[in-house]
Amino acid sequence: MAARRLKDNALTIYSILSLVVIAIPLLHIIATTLINGAQSLTPEFFTSLPKPPGEEGGGVANAIQGTAILVALTMLISVPAALLTAIYLSEFPESRLRDLIRLLNDTFMGTPSIVAGVFAYTLLVTKFGFSALAGAFALSVLAVPMMVKTMEEALKLVPTDIREAGLSLGIRHWRVVTSIVLRTAMPAIASGVLLTVARISGETAPLLFTAFGNPNFATGILEPVSALPLMIYVYAISPYPDWHRKAWGASLVLMIAVLTINLITKYKLRRR
Amino acid sequence: MAGHATDKIVVRNLNAWYGDFQALKNINLSIKKNTITAILGPSGCGKSTFIRCLNRLHELRSDAKIEGEILLDGKSVFNMDPVEVRRKIGMVFQRPNPFPTMSIYDNVAIGLKLNGVRDKKALDRVVEDSLKKAALWDEVKDKLNMPGTSLSGGQQQRLCIARAIATNPEVILFDEPTSALDPISAVKIEDLLVDLKGNYTVVIVTHNIQQAGRVSDYVAFFWMGELVEFGKTAEVFENPKEELTEAYLTGRIG
Repeated sequence: MAARRLKDNALTIYSILSLVVIAIPLLHIIATTLINGAQSLTPEFFTSLPKPPGEEGGGVANAIQGTAILVALTMLISVPAALLTAIYLSEFPESRLRDLIRLLNDTFMGTPSIVAGVFAYTLLVTKFGFSALAGAFALSVLAVPMMVKTMEEALKLVPTDIREAGLSLGIRHWRVVTSIVLRTAMPAIASGVLLTVARISGETAPLLFTAFGNPNFATGILEPVSALPLMIYVYAISPYPDWHRKAWGASLVLMIAVLTINLITKYKLRRR
Repeated sequence: MAGHATDKIVVRNLNAWYGDFQALKNINLSIKKNTITAILGPSGCGKSTFIRCLNRLHELRSDAKIEGEILLDGKSVFNMDPVEVRRKIGMVFQRPNPFPTMSIYDNVAIGLKLNGVRDKKALDRVVEDSLKKAALWDEVKDKLNMPGTSLSGGQQQRLCIARAIATNPEVILFDEPTSALDPISAVKIEDLLVDLKGNYTVVIVTHNIQQAGRVSDYVAFFWMGELVEFGKTAEVFENPKEELTEAYLTGRIG
């Protein structure tokens, strides 16, 4: 008896210790980013362009604009593609093509993000130059598999009964899918999209040789654009202390944005 | 009596499979217009499969196979567009399944809306009419914009009946419509079924002998995929021809 209780206690303590070991670095990252980044967050930081290297002041408005453009473009490309694929996987009869698509999708999900960048580089940048569009394409290569997975799962959560009820009313299959099944799965699909936005808005590697970066505001999607993670990368490895502070600031902005998205997903969309 | 009623659905030599498992074996029966036919039998005897063949839902399963003939007003349903068949043969399911994201109003109107009816007045009229026929109107007329799922189980099932009525079918199939409901709600549904047969041909699947006795004009007793006995409910219940039917009715098997 005593031996068993001892074992039980030991396991509990071990679990708590593991949790602490994992939580400490996580909290440390958040705290460090907060402490180092908070001082940079002035109105100027959000509204002005960067100053030339070595000069104090300026902001990261171009990177914020760039990230907004990249995320919007990526979603424009990947949401329709992923949704149609997920519908095919979930709403049409089993087939070998379906198994193949699932296998490809799972393989893509495990692809290193830099590979997506190289892919977009050879396909688009070598012909049309660096651009926001090439960056969004690279990000889409990462976003589509993630979304296909979450969307397929969201659709499968809709009970068969609901589909059959629709069909038994004499409604055509595609109508049942678009007007009844999709509508029922919408909260889960939306949360999948938002979590993907959170994931890709921090991606750096695919943007290095696609979006490239831009010290000014971009005026079109066929021009190079900056992005927060790109800016963090460049500023963090620079020799200027002011740029280091700005990299911390940008990290904090990115972290808060991702946290906000996660909170929205958690509390607004998953309540049903 | 039999001379007055005409055959609405005629089933000939119907066989149905799930993969290698044969769920229905050579079923022959006729369903008379404006009557209630009960499909009676224990779980797993093929009752649900049988009515799912009638509106061609059975064949949606990837491993399903079907042979034989089903005639609706003399025309083979297998030569018709399945969508057309399902417009004529509506269905109410075992568990109440209103569309979760839709209001009470939309749940009833959706069948017409998705088939192109845009006229708001016509929709209003059909919604009111269908809810009245489903004996739900008085309970929901002031909250038509509330979600369908906010209703009680029995009300949800009547909402599903209204939804089936709204597309103006000729036949309505009920797949154990009261088995997920409390006794009081079940009685309401049973009363409703009897009201409905004036306008529709009703087929109800049930494993509840008393229910079949209360509501049906004809009864078909299924056992392990075979149709054991079929006839007028009063006759079958009082004087079953088959040993098996008697055994089930008296509770010796099941």
